[in-house]
Amino acid sequence: MLNNLFNHYILSVLIWLPMFGGALALASGGDQHPNRARLIALIVSIISLALCVPLYLGFDNNSGLMQFQQHAIWIRAYDIHYSLGVDGISLPLIMLTTFTTLLVIMAAWHHIHIRVSQYMAAFLVMQGMMVGTFASLDSILFYAFWEGMLIPMYLSIGIWGSTNRSYASIKFFLYTFLGSALMLIALLYLHEQSNSFNISDFYPLKLTMKQQVWIFLAFLLAFAVKLPMWPVHTWLPDAHTEAPAGGSVVLAALMLKMGAYGFLRFSLPITPDASALLDHLMIALSLIAIVYIGLVAIAQTDMKKLIAYSSIAHMGFVALGCFMVFDIVANSHNLKDAYMSLEGAMVQMISHAFSSGAMFLGVGVLVYRLHTRLIKDFGGIATSMPYCAAFFMLFAMSNVGLPGTSGFVGEFMIILSAIQGSFWVAVLASTTLILSAVYTLYMYKRVFFGVITDPRIAKLHDINYMEKIVFVLLAIVIIFFGVYPAPLLNMMHATIGNVLHWSLQSKL
Amino acid sequence: MNQLQTIIYAIVLFPLLGSTIVGLWNKKISCRGAHWVTTIGVAISFVLSLYLCYQIVFAGVPTYNFNAYIWGGSGSYQFNIGFLLDNLSTTMLVVVNFVSLLVHIYSIGYMREDDGYQRFFSYISLFTFAMLMLVSANNFLQLYFGWEGVGLVSYLLIGFWFKKETANFGSLKAFIVNRVGDFGFILGIAAVFNYVGNVDYVSVFNIAPSLATQTMTVFPHTHWSVLTVICILLFIGAMGKSAQMPLHVWLPESMEGPTPISALIHAATMVTAGVYMVARMSPLYEFSEVALSVVLIVGATGALFTGILAIVQNDIKRVVAYSTLSQLGYMVAALGVSAYAAGIFHLFTHAFFKALLFLAAGSVIIAMHHEQDMRKMGNLRKYMPVTYVCFLIGALALAAIPPFAGFYSKDAIIEAIHHALIPGASYAYYCVLLGTFVTAFYIFRAFFLVFHTEERMDEHTRAGLRESTWVVWLPLVLLAIPSAIAGIFLVGTILYSPTGGLLGTSIFILPQNNVLASLAIDYHGPLLLALDSVFSLPCWLAVGGIFVAWLLYIKFPRAPAYFVEKFSLIYKVLLAKYGFDDFNQVVFARGSLKLAKVFFEVGDVKILDHDLVDGSGRFIAWCSANLRKLQSGYLYHYAFAMIIGVLVLLAWLLW
Repeated sequence: MLNNLFNHYILSVLIWLPMFGGALALASGGDQHPNRARLIALIVSIISLALCVPLYLGFDNNSGLMQFQQHAIWIRAYDIHYSLGVDGISLPLIMLTTFTTLLVIMAAWHHIHIRVSQYMAAFLVMQGMMVGTFASLDSILFYAFWEGMLIPMYLSIGIWGSTNRSYASIKFFLYTFLGSALMLIALLYLHEQSNSFNISDFYPLKLTMKQQVWIFLAFLLAFAVKLPMWPVHTWLPDAHTEAPAGGSVVLAALMLKMGAYGFLRFSLPITPDASALLDHLMIALSLIAIVYIGLVAIAQTDMKKLIAYSSIAHMGFVALGCFMVFDIVANSHNLKDAYMSLEGAMVQMISHAFSSGAMFLGVGVLVYRLHTRLIKDFGGIATSMPYCAAFFMLFAMSNVGLPGTSGFVGEFMIILSAIQGSFWVAVLASTTLILSAVYTLYMYKRVFFGVITDPRIAKLHDINYMEKIVFVLLAIVIIFFGVYPAPLLNMMHATIGNVLHWSLQSKL
Repeated sequence: MNQLQTIIYAIVLFPLLGSTIVGLWNKKISCRGAHWVTTIGVAISFVLSLYLCYQIVFAGVPTYNFNAYIWGGSGSYQFNIGFLLDNLSTTMLVVVNFVSLLVHIYSIGYMREDDGYQRFFSYISLFTFAMLMLVSANNFLQLYFGWEGVGLVSYLLIGFWFKKETANFGSLKAFIVNRVGDFGFILGIAAVFNYVGNVDYVSVFNIAPSLATQTMTVFPHTHWSVLTVICILLFIGAMGKSAQMPLHVWLPESMEGPTPISALIHAATMVTAGVYMVARMSPLYEFSEVALSVVLIVGATGALFTGILAIVQNDIKRVVAYSTLSQLGYMVAALGVSAYAAGIFHLFTHAFFKALLFLAAGSVIIAMHHEQDMRKMGNLRKYMPVTYVCFLIGALALAAIPPFAGFYSKDAIIEAIHHALIPGASYAYYCVLLGTFVTAFYIFRAFFLVFHTEERMDEHTRAGLRESTWVVWLPLVLLAIPSAIAGIFLVGTILYSPTGGLLGTSIFILPQNNVLASLAIDYHGPLLLALDSVFSLPCWLAVGGIFVAWLLYIKFPRAPAYFVEKFSLIYKVLLAKYGFDDFNQVVFARGSLKLAKVFFEVGDVKILDHDLVDGSGRFIAWCSANLRKLQSGYLYHYAFAMIIGVLVLLAWLLW
């Protein structure tokens, strides 16, 4: 009975508990009692993370179906349902969301002084929205959450951002909103065809190539902006740079994943023939992200911008993993061979969340102390902040894709898959080994090594206990999944099989 | 879990444990605590690896290959973490642990007054862990883990004194150049995976012969043997790690790190990983003559030309560093003629005598108060007798004077190349032959400049000159012993044993490639071999090198300056290291930065952001600004528009 209740409502709780917590934090009063808001946010996010444990334990790895489903009618007139569920690709992302929010709230503990309650509320609401996005089975519900989370993010950049925040927040909003508008049209069209807003009802739908291509392109704009893919990526460096540390973390670790999640949930299974038709375009765009953006990252003078560009390059790997499947299967005629490409993309999404999130938090620690993001203003941090330097080195190594860190796993799987599709794609993708090392370590060298020239740096205090907890948590997950990614992979096998089943089957 | 499993876990994990303890609690643990914890960890690991080696090599325990756990799987593929315990890997474990242990002990003295004492010990233990993982892997995934792991620690240790700009530059350069190699390496692994469906050594080796006949298209309209592509890609990785031309440029720069790590990482262990890897992969390389030829030519070229560079160096560590490059070239060249055992043999002897030379150089550097310029040394034999004798033994071994260890291994390499029939072998033969003269010359040049000739240091330094403490000279002595005699004991069993000997069946050679087997016919024991060599060309060249060094630096000390003036062009080319560094700096470092700037400023900022994104914003603003003018709010504007509209409509209707 209790078990049944839990299975039905756990996802709703994960969505609405943080939203409720956010409201509570807002109600806790303004800046007179910042600790109340902090405590509320911390407790709520810890409970959310704790709830993920039974969710994970109760999840059946062997089933590719949606689990923990909940169905209710939302708007009867339009046939819109409040239906939730998780499978092997949304579960890891939901767990990632709750984990990341906890880190963001802890990292903000000492760093945010103005409008604390609003800040905490914004991130709690965002958490609820994102879990909702990943858990939605109804496309309109999905869309509602998808757009809804823009608001708190927009506010967080606009209020707690740095000098150029208003430009960045508007750019962010317009860019992403424009993409999503087309997605809505595509969803409405699919409803027209299938008489249902249920995402899984879109899968068996027969569509002509022309229909598929249009739907694919409409989805593509939404997802490519989110991911982001070249050439619609330019909102990201600005948004990342201007956002507060927590905002950058949520953007990099979670929001970008929405785009790739969209590929797996919508583009590939709904428009398989169009995906197959346009896969070389997608591969080309991914490779541009890896090579061109990787080079652009080298030229950055702003730490956050550098990490932002590095994010784009890493997400190029995700898109590559998603769209290599057609070439792989065409070469080997074996569906089993395509698993690794998609699973590599999933792992890359998650590991990128750890490494880029960690690096943004690391930079946040420095920016909080010195109020500058420019690489040239630093130098010699390792002398005054050895712990910070050591943790940052680990995070940088994960970003570089060193084996033994989580950053390696996805890249390794995708490169090994890519060569099954095309030798030269693998060659170009592998340039990331060199490029990521250059931009990451070149920055590390200029920021952390060298002699201290600025007297303010000499007086810096090393990371405090809260920052240390955050870094230790990140270090643990980075090393754990680097050494033993099997639990993560096992979670998704069945679902990826499901996605592949729809993606490799013609709908014509 | 059986006994061997437990032992190998303990071997790899004890250094990791030591490193972790010291790394995490480096503030709380004292200096004494730090070196005790790590040294004991490595000592345990060393003793256990001796036992393991004894079991596998001598007690007849069969090769043991097992998987520890499933790292991850996907579709029909599975990746494991596992260990392959055979003759090659267990002897490597012993060598790695032996050198590592001595370097731990030596560092207690060398690093004594350093601020980063705990950090240093944490790093070198971590390095030992990664190296042991590399050596004992039974699959490419774990090999790659160790491969990059040692690269990371090497990076951290070269940049150990991170306040020094040159150290930071050197460490960054080392990491990036290694990554260029790893770029090839991972593609090699991917290619293996693509054709085998697996990255476990056993399955790869089983399938190798059939891959030799398969072809793939790398460039359009060309057909390459799959195995050749795989072997060359893997070898690019080895070129990075083992500093082969043209990826050798990072190794001299790595001398910015503390001297003990130059001995451990940049002489004895990490840089030989490439040699180990190729030997391990002998079942692949054997089936690709093209790849072997490439290996041979790259190795032999490096053996001669990097050796020549050592002649013009004045920094004692750099001489030894260039010498390392040259000796790595010898090892790699040996691999190229399928004399894998000779390459591994030289790897072992080199580990001893080169670690010895580095540590002896370090001992000199401590005495000289961190002065490394040989022009400011001289006559140190008076002050440092132990170091003097040890350095001399190392130099004799390096110069391949019989019966020192280096003689046996290098002689085998030269003879093997002499007898090989593979394309490029005759070129390689002249390279390695001339190399013996060069080697003897540069090392004895250094030897004479440091320990003989007149005293050129300042008064203050001279007053402080004395022999180093026992923690420093004890490792020297312990390394001098194998440098002197290891060759005599090992030559028979490694190279010429009909039953496989020390390396057993770890190495696979096609019968038609087996040059060492044809040399074995003339082998009648180590002492006869040494005696015979007195009449051989390489030996005369080596002695000649020493003699010329003696002539130029002891007998006619003014001669070198004369030659420098006479051949100033050549001298400049050598000082510029053939221009590799400048080329890389201009083309790759500055070129890529410039390209990056152009991409960023033109591509992203100007075209995408300013023109397209903000441009569309401006366009809409412009449209609305103009359209707004229509909504002027003046009645007569609207009335006028109405009249015009009515007129147009009327005209259209009436037409």
